[in-house]
Amino acid sequence: MFEIFGIPSQALFGQLLIGLINGSFYALLSLGLAVIFGMLNIINFAHGAQYMMGAFAAFFLLNFVGLNYWIALLVAPIMVGAFGVVIERLLLQRLYKLDHLYGLLLTFGLALIIEGLFRNYFGSSGLPYRVPAALQGGQNLGFMFLPNYRAWVIVASLTVCIVTWFVIERTKLGSYLRAATENPSLVRAFGINVPRMITLTYGFGVALAALAGVMAAPIYSVSPQMGSHLIIVVFAVVVIGGMGSILGAIVTGFGLGVIEGLTKVFFPEASNTVIFIIMAIVLLIRPAGLFGRRA
Amino acid sequence: MLDVTAPLLSVKDLQAWYGESHILHGVNFDVREGEVVTLLGRNGAGKTTTMKSIMGIVTQRTGSVRFEGQELIGMMSNQIARAGIALCPEERGIFASLNVEENLLLPPVIRPGGLSLAQIFDLFPNLKERLGSSQGTKLSGGEQQMLAIGRILRTGARLLLLDEPTEGLAPVIIQQIGKTIRSLKEQGFTILLVEQNFRFASTVADRYYVMEHGRIIDQFANAELDANIEKLHDYLGV
Repeated sequence: MFEIFGIPSQALFGQLLIGLINGSFYALLSLGLAVIFGMLNIINFAHGAQYMMGAFAAFFLLNFVGLNYWIALLVAPIMVGAFGVVIERLLLQRLYKLDHLYGLLLTFGLALIIEGLFRNYFGSSGLPYRVPAALQGGQNLGFMFLPNYRAWVIVASLTVCIVTWFVIERTKLGSYLRAATENPSLVRAFGINVPRMITLTYGFGVALAALAGVMAAPIYSVSPQMGSHLIIVVFAVVVIGGMGSILGAIVTGFGLGVIEGLTKVFFPEASNTVIFIIMAIVLLIRPAGLFGRRA
Repeated sequence: MLDVTAPLLSVKDLQAWYGESHILHGVNFDVREGEVVTLLGRNGAGKTTTMKSIMGIVTQRTGSVRFEGQELIGMMSNQIARAGIALCPEERGIFASLNVEENLLLPPVIRPGGLSLAQIFDLFPNLKERLGSSQGTKLSGGEQQMLAIGRILRTGARLLLLDEPTEGLAPVIIQQIGKTIRSLKEQGFTILLVEQNFRFASTVADRYYVMEHGRIIDQFANAELDANIEKLHDYLGV
């Protein structure tokens, strides 16, 4: 036990860890939002609800089908992603030529409906989801105790973020996505099926939210309003990072998680508002966000 | 069975709209295999809209566009591209978020018979030097135009639609583009060119169609250019 700036190391590193955990979820969720906004020009307000659906899907798979966490990690995002594909085909694709506001209103309405349905059936008290057996326990690092599951969440989230960034910025498929974000009609006139790419992109963004939901299930309890609590902060993260910027979403997601955690140690009263204060400052100085392309 | 005497591209009574505005009022023309055909006309005559309607980028359109005997009018633009037509748009359409190499390799190869990268670099040596540079939009206007033409030569498309490839470029670059178009013609490409600059067009074109108010109002062969020069000045207002 030692002290840094008069703060016990346990408290400091403990909050730093919580910050990194929260940051992992901010990053995964804002990454999905950024991918969706880039391709569809839609601010996906249903993202929190889709994150919640991912957690519930893991809960159902475990309790009604008997499929464990590791299978849920794969199956739940596919299920919720497929739901996203249906939403895109049925509803969202009618809105691309309209103002952003319509997409926002539609997805906000969807979020309310989905959350309402889940609350109706499952109430608002959380449902428990156990940490998978392989990740129970933790490591004593000397200066702090690190639960295995939390270490896994940070590593998994970081890996998914880096792989997604790599695919979008460094591969052939990614070059189609970037080009279609800029000029969809020209990319289509080169023979690429852009509408199908848009549908799959939405499905992928939604699947990322669901993946975050599965990973969150053992940490936060599974409850219908778990998404709406988180999504407001995630939108602030996206605004700070710059709408549609992939790298911005990842870096600001982790960075703001850590800043929020440190604020809890040094000035706890501000910990709930610090992200919004940063958002206000960033909007004043760089309206396009830290990593935004257009000013 | 493909009729060998039929034109490669045959446009009949093509009409097109942007929302409420009726832009093309029945455009008729043919392009035969191996030809370079130029659409001349003033700004707003409907030349670019004709290109975009053939390509399916303008979706509100009626009439007939037949390519290799296949009717394209009901097809989506990605299907039209796969039928073997490639567009080099007026604004060039170089992607800022892609580097030069990614821009060059973006259009997928839709059938065999396209140029290899080495052949493209023979036509545009500057592109090879610029391959490592970062953003496609950091290139000069001339280099962007070469990139915009170069990237559609790989795809195997037989018909190239070039929309004002000389616009805003220096005379020496315009000469290089002219040389390129003649070389592409020798290699068997068929080209539909939109131009306002008929002096440039006269160095490459076999035939001309003149457009005004969304219609073809005149046509003549390159050999008849001198005889029609007065009329052309009148049409183009130069």
